[in-house]
Amino acid sequence: MTGWLRQHAAALRSAAQRLWRPSGLASALVIGIAVSLPAGGYALLESLRTLAGRATLEPQISLFLRPDAKRAEADALGRALRADPRVSKVRFVPREEALQQLSAVEGMGDVIASLGRNPLPDAFVVTASEKTLEPLAADLAKLPGVAHVQADSAWARRLGALERVGRLGLWLLAALLGAGLVAVTFNTIRLQILTQREEIEVSKLIGATDAFIRRPFYYLGLLQGAAGGVFALAIVAGLLAALNLEVRSLADSYGSSFRLAFLSASGAGVVLALAGWLGWLGAHLSVSRHLRDIEPR
Amino acid sequence: MVSFSAVAKRYPGGKTALESVNFALEAGEFAFLIGRSGAGKSTLLKLIPAIERPTSGAVIVNGQNVSALKRAAIPYLRRNIGLVFQDQKLLYDRSVFDNVMLPLALSGQPPQEAAKRVRAALDKVGLLAREKSNPIELSGGEQQRLAIARAVVNRPALLVADEPTANLDAESAAKLLDIFVDFNQVGVTVLIATHDMALVERYGKRVLRLAEGKLS
Repeated sequence: MTGWLRQHAAALRSAAQRLWRPSGLASALVIGIAVSLPAGGYALLESLRTLAGRATLEPQISLFLRPDAKRAEADALGRALRADPRVSKVRFVPREEALQQLSAVEGMGDVIASLGRNPLPDAFVVTASEKTLEPLAADLAKLPGVAHVQADSAWARRLGALERVGRLGLWLLAALLGAGLVAVTFNTIRLQILTQREEIEVSKLIGATDAFIRRPFYYLGLLQGAAGGVFALAIVAGLLAALNLEVRSLADSYGSSFRLAFLSASGAGVVLALAGWLGWLGAHLSVSRHLRDIEPR
Repeated sequence: MVSFSAVAKRYPGGKTALESVNFALEAGEFAFLIGRSGAGKSTLLKLIPAIERPTSGAVIVNGQNVSALKRAAIPYLRRNIGLVFQDQKLLYDRSVFDNVMLPLALSGQPPQEAAKRVRAALDKVGLLAREKSNPIELSGGEQQRLAIARAVVNRPALLVADEPTANLDAESAAKLLDIFVDFNQVGVTVLIATHDMALVERYGKRVLRLAEGKLS
């Protein structure tokens, strides 16, 4: 082990000891509560998105054939659709497949089984650009064999917009609380520098470099931020578990197994890394501002 | 080892601490810096490890022009100078052993070798048995000896001490100075500021006399 590594290990050890005190843990908890708000909001948003995710957000037209249409008519229609330059993608959904899909939807299986026959027509799902969607739908309605055309753009747009509003709100909240995290760390490090004033002065007198003196404070900011991230994840997990008690009875009444899901592993990793980085940043600002003032006399 | 040429130090506000100081200290020399309180002894000593910078003139330590040294180079200069202060500047939140360990920790020495050197330094000043004590439990003379152990643990070529005997009785003061003489005998250059004339006369070493900012 080189001297450089040894110094980093020593700085990390002393930072961990400082964090492991009631005052250090209290600061980490404050950070944890602040970080849990955007992290929890993100988990909720992601859960609701998977719930809505069964409807695709691409602008689509559903084209339903008359129930008595023959397969040959459907094939001819398919060729006509593929020939249209405004159409980017065409998917044929035979009535049997449509029935299978519908049966797979939670709560619908029993309903369909009670019908005894397939009420669904053959259909095409046509994907087009958002601009041409409405005129294309009008044209397609005139084709022979077509019973009904449904353009799904309006509600897909609304859902997309709603999600963007939620996402933007979360980003703003995250930015605000991130600034709070930096401020909390800035102050913790300032107090720590004041407490260690004498040690810093003596260290400078006997030949400590600036890097040596700064190192434990950087580690303290980083560890405190990351510990705050751990607290935040624990808080989010606890809150979701509490909410899920109620969500379960609600979802069960709809025959659904939907639950609010915790952050993905990469999402949790991002929360930890970001909290740690913001702690480091707060330490950097504090150290740059306060350490220069301490010079031996 | 140390040379001052035409060194002046004026503080903002017009107070002149040193006017024009010229002297050279050869490697292996032992010298006392004497003068009344306020004569500028502390200021002169602080110029050597760049705690203060001269207003004009050149301070050369170990071939390096300290007065023109970059901020980032100062720590490495200080590691080669053993400093002993009147108020010791010990850290009371850690043991005697850890106080002496500090200079080695900040240059990243291997811990086992560092521990050996700490014990060797404590042994030389007669404090090996107190390594686990807190400095606050030591007497004034012992605290000053601890400060010397910390100053020499890096094996510096130069030892600079500012009034190390100021708060000590005659017996402890003599014991302390004997330690400096021991280090000088193995080749360390020593410069000690003091106003205790009786002590200076007993050792018969070179004397630099500072009065009103000038050496005489």
